[in-house]
Amino acid sequence: MDTLVGILNYLVFFAITAGIYAVLCLGLNIQFGYTGLFNIGIAGFYAVGAYTSALLSGPPPGPLDWRTVGGFQLPWVVGLLGAIIASGIIAFFIGLLTLRLKEDYLAIATIGIAEVIRLILKNEGWLSNTVWGIKHIPSPLHQPIEAGVSSFLKGHPQLSPWLIHFISNAYNWFYLALVLVILGLLYWVSERSIRSPWGRVLRTIREDEAIAAVSGKNVFSFKLQSFVLGAMVMGMAGSLYAHYAKFIDASSFEPLYGTFLIWVMLIAGGSGNSKGAILGAFLIWGIWAGTDFLTGYLALSATRVASLRVIAIAILLELVLLLRPQGLLGEEKAVSKMMGK
Amino acid sequence: MSLGAFLALISLTLLRGLGIPGTPFGPLSFGLPMILAFFIALLLTGLAAIIIDRILYLRLRRTGPIVLLVASIGVSFFLRNIIQFIWGPQPQYYFKAIQIARKIPLLGIRIKPDEVFIIIVAALLVIGLHFFLQKTKTGKAMRAASDNMELARVSGIDTEKVIMWTWAIGASLAAAGGILAGIEDKFITPDMGWQMLLPIFAAVILGGIGNPYGAMAGGMIIGLSGEISTAFISTAYKPAVAFVIIVIMLLIKPRGLFGTR
Repeated sequence: MDTLVGILNYLVFFAITAGIYAVLCLGLNIQFGYTGLFNIGIAGFYAVGAYTSALLSGPPPGPLDWRTVGGFQLPWVVGLLGAIIASGIIAFFIGLLTLRLKEDYLAIATIGIAEVIRLILKNEGWLSNTVWGIKHIPSPLHQPIEAGVSSFLKGHPQLSPWLIHFISNAYNWFYLALVLVILGLLYWVSERSIRSPWGRVLRTIREDEAIAAVSGKNVFSFKLQSFVLGAMVMGMAGSLYAHYAKFIDASSFEPLYGTFLIWVMLIAGGSGNSKGAILGAFLIWGIWAGTDFLTGYLALSATRVASLRVIAIAILLELVLLLRPQGLLGEEKAVSKMMGK
Repeated sequence: MSLGAFLALISLTLLRGLGIPGTPFGPLSFGLPMILAFFIALLLTGLAAIIIDRILYLRLRRTGPIVLLVASIGVSFFLRNIIQFIWGPQPQYYFKAIQIARKIPLLGIRIKPDEVFIIIVAALLVIGLHFFLQKTKTGKAMRAASDNMELARVSGIDTEKVIMWTWAIGASLAAAGGILAGIEDKFITPDMGWQMLLPIFAAVILGGIGNPYGAMAGGMIIGLSGEISTAFISTAYKPAVAFVIIVIMLLIKPRGLFGTR
């Protein structure tokens, strides 16, 4: 029974991480799946969200300095909103700069901003405490829930060990619920928007910009809206991650975890399909986390196994692109209620 | 597009496998084996690029440019991690001896013999590329295809062959760049291509996408401004300088310094 609870607790942890990735995938789906915008700097927006949220609602990042901003210890919701706004502002400027140009420029600019953000986080002590990262980021409602759990356990000393084990994990259950509620909300908004006239314009832009333009749509403005919205969702994921992990540093936002895996998730699940984005996140994170166990079984060093896992995931991506480019769940062809009636 | 930079790594590591430096060659830190390995690495990298193109990109070409971009990210992670799997993430050394810079009598500057070698090789590659693009039939076809793929096709140019050549040459040049960087730094790492990616993009944007001469000039400007910047700001921000230049260019002249079209 105790091992079962152990597995269950691990699954909760797994689902929280996968859920945060699913939020990132929904963000990318708005940008790429709907509008065809090629963002290879997801990690940048993710990191901005995480750090903004941590600075707004956490303790000061490190040794205080006259330049230090943050350590305001504001409620988590303020941190979340700050994360959304900060990522949105950065996306706005990147979009303003590149969305009138060919798609290559957006790709280059996004990879560039992500790299610059990572360099800043790695080098500026006053802002991010450099490689030591920000510690003790508070989790929402952590204290009341933990206090409730411990007083309940004190009141019931005769409980069997596995039950105690189970109840002690209550906070993670709460956080999972929080992530899933946000994910559900985003899913609903995302589905509603693609089914709206606004969403149809985005899809038209993706298929053929000229057609959208001759229909009198301001292509640039629609692209900018889509890019900023997607980035805001990514910032939100950053906040969710920061307050769950309680500790963030620049290495959490390297291109592999912050960008590449998310692309594989969206492509595998089905680009342009919100359900696909979520499915892809859980599936690929399942494969990724699942292969982590291999480290113990293969007679190879940990770094080699890590490389092997990336190789496998990269091959998987190419296979999906070759054999099933629409992903597991393809995009719905007609999303309008007016069609096909 | 990012692929080229990463392919350089393959050849670099192949070089390792061939057991360079051998006996030093005159004043240089390396000998004949290194020079042989240089050519072998260029050839093999070009070949690897063609193979990847045939297996992967050929089939994806019809689906559109964005799918190719996604695929190339996958390929770059794939290649980098193959290198990391074989040689590990730590730096690999070409040679460990420290070379003393010598004074050039007339100019009054100090330079290492290795660096003279690098400059000469880079200049030869640039001149070679120029003659290839201007004088050979394949080079002309390549320029035509880059101008207008459809028009090139109806003029009877075998565009598939041109694409293959482009891959081979692009990858070989990237490999040459990687080896020269490795000679300058004395060591190579699996993520050196990634480190160079931003400056490379900046150089191409500066020169105007699709303009080889612009890219050469852009490369010089980016390289110099990156190095000069270290006099004023932390060396950690060298790649950020490239990014700032990208942003300025996109603001004032998105077609590049020499872009005419």
